[in-house]
Amino acid sequence: MSTFMQFITTGLRLGSVYALIALGYTMVYGIIKLINFAHGDFIMVGGYTLFFTIPAFMKLGLPGWAAVFIAIIVCAVVGMLVELLAYRPVRKRGNNLTSLITAIAMSFILENLAQAIPAIGPDPRVPYMLFNNDIKIGSFSISVATLITIVVSAIIMIGLYQFTQKTKIGRAMRCVSEDKQAAVLMGINVNKVIIITFAIGAGLAAVAALMYIAQYPKVTTTMGATLGIYAFVSAVLGGIGSLPGAMLGGIIIGIVQSGTSTYISSSMADTFVYLILIVVLMVKPAGILGKNIGEKV
Amino acid sequence: MKKENTAFRYLINLVAIIILMVVFVVLSFHSNNTLKLKVAPAVWQCCYLIIMAASLNLVLGYLGQLSLGHCGFMAVGAYTSALISLALQRAGFYTEKNSIQFAITLIISIVAAAVVAALIGVIVGIPALRLKGDYLAIITLGFGMIIVNLINNIPFCGQQGLAEGAASSALYANGLGFTNDEKQSFMWVGVLIVVLCMTTMVMFVRSKFGRVIRAIRDNEIATSATGNDISYYKILTFVFSAFFAGIAGALYSCANVSLATTSFAFTNGSILNSVFIVVTVVVGGMGSMTGSVIAAIGMFLLNYTIKNGSWVNALPEFLKNVFTYPMLVYSIALVIVILFRPKGIMGDKELSLFDIPGYPKRIASYFKNKKAAKEV
Amino acid sequence: MEDTRKTVLRTQHLGITFGGLKAVSDFNIEIKEGELVGLIGPNGAGKTTVFNLLTGVYKPTEGAIFLYDEKISGKKSHQVVQAGIARTFQNIRLFHQMTVIENVLVAFTKDVKYGLFSAIFRTPAFWKTEKELHEKAMELLKIFSLDDKADVVASNLPYGEQRKLEIARALATNMKVLLLDEPAAGMNPTETADLLKCIKVIREKFKVAILLIEHDMSLVMNVCERIQVISFGQTIAAGLPEEIANNQQVIEAYLGK
Repeated sequence: MSTFMQFITTGLRLGSVYALIALGYTMVYGIIKLINFAHGDFIMVGGYTLFFTIPAFMKLGLPGWAAVFIAIIVCAVVGMLVELLAYRPVRKRGNNLTSLITAIAMSFILENLAQAIPAIGPDPRVPYMLFNNDIKIGSFSISVATLITIVVSAIIMIGLYQFTQKTKIGRAMRCVSEDKQAAVLMGINVNKVIIITFAIGAGLAAVAALMYIAQYPKVTTTMGATLGIYAFVSAVLGGIGSLPGAMLGGIIIGIVQSGTSTYISSSMADTFVYLILIVVLMVKPAGILGKNIGEKV
Repeated sequence: MKKENTAFRYLINLVAIIILMVVFVVLSFHSNNTLKLKVAPAVWQCCYLIIMAASLNLVLGYLGQLSLGHCGFMAVGAYTSALISLALQRAGFYTEKNSIQFAITLIISIVAAAVVAALIGVIVGIPALRLKGDYLAIITLGFGMIIVNLINNIPFCGQQGLAEGAASSALYANGLGFTNDEKQSFMWVGVLIVVLCMTTMVMFVRSKFGRVIRAIRDNEIATSATGNDISYYKILTFVFSAFFAGIAGALYSCANVSLATTSFAFTNGSILNSVFIVVTVVVGGMGSMTGSVIAAIGMFLLNYTIKNGSWVNALPEFLKNVFTYPMLVYSIALVIVILFRPKGIMGDKELSLFDIPGYPKRIASYFKNKKAAKEV
Repeated sequence: MEDTRKTVLRTQHLGITFGGLKAVSDFNIEIKEGELVGLIGPNGAGKTTVFNLLTGVYKPTEGAIFLYDEKISGKKSHQVVQAGIARTFQNIRLFHQMTVIENVLVAFTKDVKYGLFSAIFRTPAFWKTEKELHEKAMELLKIFSLDDKADVVASNLPYGEQRKLEIARALATNMKVLLLDEPAAGMNPTETADLLKCIKVIREKFKVAILLIEHDMSLVMNVCERIQVISFGQTIAAGLPEEIANNQQVIEAYLGK
């Protein structure tokens, strides 16, 4: 029983982190139809920001977790810069594939630029451990970090969903993702919407970074690459472009990963994750909650 | 369309290929340290990069489907050829590499690598019938990951190979793996294989197969409305492409004494991974075979000069720091190419030997036009 | 006068339902050899859906389609084409990055006898087939006076010629029935007149049966031998052009009561 609970909580916790990152992928994809390969690296940016700011905050007598607000701002700025300096100019000139290549290039640039910065360097860093105590409920114990990860992710997701449904800018986002041309005709400033999307997505990546390093206290320049791929797979599994889909996909991937590690072998986790993805897409080509739009003849 | 003209073109290309082969045969048997330590390993790397890029181009440039797991096929080819050659070596079929037995082993390994990779290509091709665009891309990525992950977990492919030792992400024993001396003396073999593969792919593309595949890229519905079975051609292309990726894998086995699955991953810190093969194809030009060749060599050389060029040491300290991370310079170069030539170096045109005499003129007129445009 | 021509294409109670919505129901049509029939109706009446049913893009949920006596409903799109029904599209679907002649050659593919081996090793069979196909393609392009533009990339053709190329490509499949989906849409009067000539030439040279969807009434009344009118998926009238022009139900369907 306790193994089972362990596997479920680990799965939910991992899944929540994936879901937070997947939201960024899904939002950007929904709006500009681009797999933002650099999105994973926003987590790395967030991770390093936290690595430097948490101790600084503690020194000032502030709670360590509050550093996440600095990380959110830094990530949002980096996200907007990537859009402004790379994606927007390329979008004007090229096609989908050139945008994709630019995204890949931006991912490499962020990773390697971080390595080239002397204060960061290529070696892994160990950040300050946050929330490292456990809560015991009867015989079952759960770490505070796990609880916070799951609760905070849930709150953020609900908040974001409400944001896209209820606010003006949220509605504009949905308009742009449905039909860019029509949105322009309705007087929506598409470029503004895109840049806000990038900022929000990158900001969520910063939150994900906090959750991640609370679990695995190690920051590396390539940490975003692996995390990013799992998160992207989550987004596609749930139905790319759909916010609830990203959450659902994240949780499924988290559970599958933790289940494989618990009951089979951690080294086989990849196979099962991708197998699930392939099976789901073969049955539902647009993902679990995605809308399948066939080509009209 | 004139027959004589076509025959003449074939003849000239044949002569060019013969000259190329003669040059490499001479280089292979010329004793020289630079050749042995620098040129030969570089040529081998270029060989498999070229085949990888060109074979992915079939799927990406001609069929118009994004595949992010191409290195998975290469891994299948590399491990198949390494294990078969290893088995033959352990069975005592050959002892040294300068023997007819080794030549037979080499041929068997390469053919097996290609066939096994092609069979896996069928499995990957089937989802391609139902999925398109980014969804297909993610499925191919998934297959690539699964292949690598499974290899990591099969004891047969780990450590000393053939189930000697536990499963591992590296295979240290490899029957094909050439030493530096052998890399040089077998260099012409690598080049010959590239020539054969490229010729086959070009012939494929310039036949009814290539025509239908490009038609599918341009408009799937219209392709089936002209009586062509798109499912058949899609699977065929995936299989054909995987076949050559398998051969590239076998060449990789020749060029490396030990194999590690990280070399065939989706991304990693080097220039051999599925993402970078995609990048090479796009930079070379989607739908241009010669573009893929040029880009593969160009990307390799760029990487090589940054890594090994003495000029890096002459740079000021802060810049040198940047250049110790070749991928950084690499990706900046990439963005620049994409910004100035969104369709890649060659677009969908081919470089023909017959065009070369006209190039100085064209380049001159290109600059003249630029200048004129600026003045206006 | 009794029509003695053989029936090429015949449907029986053809219908399709999309998630509870009857897009087309009880559609019956008979087209004889060399006949030109018009299919008209207001926007959204289901005309293109009928085409999609006839060409195997959609599978009918009821009824059947016969080409001569062969049942073709249920076949895949490319099999229907191979059986002998070719079409053009409302929104032009050319292979836009390929040249004009290549567009036509793709439609010849099913006649190509050489396989992968011949293609790669360039056997005499390969050269022979390719040469024959090129000649055939050029002949076809000549009819549409596109032969001097054989090596032009399709997307660079002017609009009217793109339409013509699409028809030429459909003819290359060597079909018995040609379905034209609004061939005159977006054309100016000269282009339409040119198209009219084109259709006449096709009928003389290829002796094919044509089913035509068109909004340009002058064109329909001019060329069609018979006309069938549908509205909301139902056939509301069928007959000679002059009968249709005076049919009260048709007028109501177009203008409302």
